[in-house]
Amino acid sequence: MTVQDRVHSPEEGAAQGGAYEERTLGFWLYMLSDAVIFALLFATYLVMAGNIAGAPSPQSQFSLTHAFGETLLLLTSSLTFGLASLAQKANRPRLLQAFLLVTFLLGLGFVLMELVEFQGMIAAGAGPDQSGALSSFFVLVGTHGLHVSVGLLWILVMMSQVALKGLTAPVSSRLARLGLFWHFLDIIWVGIFSVVYLPGVLE
Amino acid sequence: MKARGYLRAAVACGFAVMVAGCGLAEAPLIDPAGPQALAERNLLFTALALMMLVVIPVFAMTFFFILRYRASNRTARYEPDWSYSGLVDTIIWIVPALIVISLGVLLWNATHRLDPYKQLHTKEEALEVQVVAQDWKWLFIYPEQGVASVNELAFPSDRPLSLRITSDTVMNSFHIPALAGQIYAMAGMQTRLNLLADAPGTFTGRNVQYSGDGFSGQHFKAIAQTGEDFQDWVEQARQASDSLDADSYKALAKPSSNHPVTYYADVKANLFQDIISKYAPRPGPPSAQASVTPESAVESRNAR
Amino acid sequence: MLGKLTLDALPFYSWVAMGGAGLIVFGGFAVVALITWFGLWRYLWTEWLTSVDHKRVGIMYIVLALVMLLRGFIDAIMMRAQQAFALNSDGYLPPDHFDQIFSSHGTIMIFFMAMPFLSGLINVIMPQQIGARDVAFPFLNSLSLWLSAAGAALVMISLVLGTFSTAGWTGYPPYSGIAHNPSVGVDYWIWAILVSGVGTTLTGINFVVTILKRRAPGMKLMRMPLFTWTAFCSSLLMIFAFPALTVVVSMLALDRIFGLHFFTNADGGNMMNYINLFWIWGHPEVYILILPAFGVFSEVVATFSRKRLFGYTSLVIATMAIGLLSFTVWLHHFFTMGSSASVNAFFGIATMVIAVPTGVKVFDWLLTMFRGRIEFPPPMLWTLGFIVTFVIGGVTGVLLALPPVDYLMHNTTFLVAHFHNMIIPGVLFGFLAGYMYWFPKMFGFTLDARWGARSFWCWIIGFYLAFMPLYLLGFMGMPRRLEQYNVPEWQPYLIVAALGAVVILGGIACLIIQLAVSIRTRHERRDLTGDPWDGRTLEWMTASPPAPYNFAVLPQVESIDAFHEMKKQGKADQRPQHYSDIELPRSTAAGVLLGALAFLLGFAVVWHIWWLAIAALAAIVGTVIARSFDDDCEFVLPAEEVERTETRHHQLRQAAARWAADSARDQTADSPALQEQTP
Repeated sequence: MTVQDRVHSPEEGAAQGGAYEERTLGFWLYMLSDAVIFALLFATYLVMAGNIAGAPSPQSQFSLTHAFGETLLLLTSSLTFGLASLAQKANRPRLLQAFLLVTFLLGLGFVLMELVEFQGMIAAGAGPDQSGALSSFFVLVGTHGLHVSVGLLWILVMMSQVALKGLTAPVSSRLARLGLFWHFLDIIWVGIFSVVYLPGVLE
Repeated sequence: MKARGYLRAAVACGFAVMVAGCGLAEAPLIDPAGPQALAERNLLFTALALMMLVVIPVFAMTFFFILRYRASNRTARYEPDWSYSGLVDTIIWIVPALIVISLGVLLWNATHRLDPYKQLHTKEEALEVQVVAQDWKWLFIYPEQGVASVNELAFPSDRPLSLRITSDTVMNSFHIPALAGQIYAMAGMQTRLNLLADAPGTFTGRNVQYSGDGFSGQHFKAIAQTGEDFQDWVEQARQASDSLDADSYKALAKPSSNHPVTYYADVKANLFQDIISKYAPRPGPPSAQASVTPESAVESRNAR
Repeated sequence: MLGKLTLDALPFYSWVAMGGAGLIVFGGFAVVALITWFGLWRYLWTEWLTSVDHKRVGIMYIVLALVMLLRGFIDAIMMRAQQAFALNSDGYLPPDHFDQIFSSHGTIMIFFMAMPFLSGLINVIMPQQIGARDVAFPFLNSLSLWLSAAGAALVMISLVLGTFSTAGWTGYPPYSGIAHNPSVGVDYWIWAILVSGVGTTLTGINFVVTILKRRAPGMKLMRMPLFTWTAFCSSLLMIFAFPALTVVVSMLALDRIFGLHFFTNADGGNMMNYINLFWIWGHPEVYILILPAFGVFSEVVATFSRKRLFGYTSLVIATMAIGLLSFTVWLHHFFTMGSSASVNAFFGIATMVIAVPTGVKVFDWLLTMFRGRIEFPPPMLWTLGFIVTFVIGGVTGVLLALPPVDYLMHNTTFLVAHFHNMIIPGVLFGFLAGYMYWFPKMFGFTLDARWGARSFWCWIIGFYLAFMPLYLLGFMGMPRRLEQYNVPEWQPYLIVAALGAVVILGGIACLIIQLAVSIRTRHERRDLTGDPWDGRTLEWMTASPPAPYNFAVLPQVESIDAFHEMKKQGKADQRPQHYSDIELPRSTAAGVLLGALAFLLGFAVVWHIWWLAIAALAAIVGTVIARSFDDDCEFVLPAEEVERTETRHHQLRQAAARWAADSARDQTADSPALQEQTP
């Protein structure tokens, strides 16, 4: 989703409660709504994880090192995004761009690792159409992966906006929301790691 | 406002005519034929009566206020700023709350008492029948008697009837309104319904959950009989030319509308369990699935 | 190239279906031809379709709702006609057409009639009630509208190409799964509600931010009008409930397209999960619909009782309590699934608890009338009809909340009668009351009161005739959704019900006549004051129709019923020392473009036209990104122009006041519009 930005004169901005504040609040509400989506996907996975119907169980396909690698990439990307935010605050666009690029690459690495994992499972006869358990696994993890991919696209858009427009007020405001989004996805991943992968591997 | 009064009178008269003329008095839910349905209906009437404590004041207040405080009546008191009274506020919260509390107690007890899974205890032991919903008909398997029937459920009226219900197609809902409430029939799962008829009689049962083209014709006769008549019915079924094995079951399970009543002299062992385990979501030792015992059914109520 | 779309998609399977398709195609052509004939395309495009003004967006929502109301009602009367005749006969509809009709009736009435109607009313009124100039995200608002329209268009086009779902408006699997339902109907249903559902979530976010951030100075939360409160609560429910619908319907789509096993019978699917997830959305949805209607009734009853709303705080608490509790009762939609007695009892009690705040609301409205000076213009008639009828629906609702009673009554016509008893008097009467109450605010002239009253009487008499027999049929054990039946005792009731539908048709005809008559006589029924009902809340402070900016100067709010207080203190007509420039959102084609693309995307996926789906998706992403580069979304309305507009409005207002005073003196005011204007 996008929101369109408006430039307000200071008085007007104060009278209207501040356009950026509004946008941040709106984005928080969007994330709450998105969090409900993930909550329901988690619940579905927990309900259906045992419904393997003769197909390989999702758990049998996990590799802790692989999942750990993914976790490492995504958590690091959150850190680099934090650094990017600091660069933004310090008004250093080049440093900001560099950190955004690193974040992008780490996120891309995460998505690629996930695709490799999916590909391996499908090749091993454990694709999403094999059982209810696998359906729920692929859709939970895949939805997160899709969000990360959208985040990657957003990073690219913001990098070009910083390049073209500089750190104007609307661009900064969008960067702040991108940051919220990126950290939000991190939190969801921590949930996936602890609810899906860890118990699966520990069994 | 006169129009409304006339309207109400007209509607009331119309309904009175219909009630008298069109068999509402014999409606299965008004005049049930078994203790389960009777208890459920009585609960309905009790709750309805309790709620009149709110409904009647609301109706009375509405009509009285409209009449009294209409703008053309300049003699009525007018207090344009009266907008709060602690006492009134308390009453309008407390009274509905009290009614809901009493209804809640009623509800909790009745729901436990009338749990469809609960075995009914009479002097006689319950007759067990296995029910399978198909497109668009009902199959009844009598494991004790070793017979089966389609679209006809016969049972002795002096014994409780204990049904285990599943579906070999989409979700259906099994309902004999004169005898008991309904319960869903779902593939790969077993639901249960216990009921009892007061006396011999014939009742209509239906699928009441929309399931496709043949839905309208998916009804059956539930026949409560004396013990002797039931024995005759079983004998009659045993005389049938067909028996229900894997192949004939497959043929029967094909979609068909308005299926005629059919009897099967013999039924393949464990057919009902096989129908359920066909959809089993979790693999396990076959025996564990094949024997859906009452105990396990109680524990995981839908035997998933 | 065209996926599954072939000539077979045309509805040659029945004459009735072909008639429907013909009507849609012909109607579409007729509309296009008329617009072209009158040369209205440019006006329509620049002033309406691309507008992001919340009032215009709201009016377009209401137009969509009224059009879809017609379509949904045609479905309804077709079903009533079929059942009136189908005793031991096939009637005139085959089963696979009858089931499309009941599915589209429910889908349309919930998603494309009630939802747009409430979004429309909230859009037009809520920003004015809180003294704002627009919603927080005007572009998002326009996008939501066009996503709803795209969903509605998908339902409509299913009449012409392919079939609609046969699985009811709830789409329960496994029946709605690909194994049992291979045609495109369910896919149309899925994509129609997915596309509009995204729009609804965005609407919810937009309204919540608007209410929290855009209130005029002094408009504390506890000074907000009740309609705004209910809009707030309803919007919160949209944000938190619609994700469940998105999830569950997406899973069904994945099952159908990619052969996943969320809800299939075999291979580890769990259809019970669908029913749970669906109603986790579905029950709050009922309150999303009805709370704004409660808000309308609260405004109307106070205005036409000429009295302050009784128990404001109680009403606010009750609203929020209903919103919260609505998430705790979803299981009562399937007591008959075999849950344990304790689970059923818990959800049954939770359900009954909702009756308490609802009852409180009813008493508060009644006590508002107590010691008032009640007038009976159409909005008040709808309100009174609602109070009496809704109580009956509440009673049957509590009955159904008792699990053992529900075992008997579930899936029978009693259930059908119950939820229509909530939704017609509760939701629809509320929205129609709002439509007639706020119509002068939207268009600057009042609606004809006599035709409004006739419409009301037809609707309420028709409602009782149509649905009381269904309650009784429920007692006789008649299941819902029967295409034919073999019980002669049912037929008289079904005939009465069909007559009821005919009377309701009369009500709809009266609505149309009312609109036509009022437009023809609009010059006599102009609302020059902006305040035709002697209203109490801020939306009556603006002109009718309001200037694009609503308020030239944001009002200073000091109490509940802010405008009423201002009038009392003689501050209502005060003019400021000077006007300043006002920034307003610029119109944009992005919203309508994205809506069209979403329609294409849905259509392409329904028919498995993958290249088109990918192209549409790429275009959507591209449009969104391009839009995000645009930082110049506003234009400035210079202070002089604001002043000119305001001066004109002020003069009209003064003229109207003199005119009203004159006619009051002469006692010769026999024009109904004038009578309404003079309290």
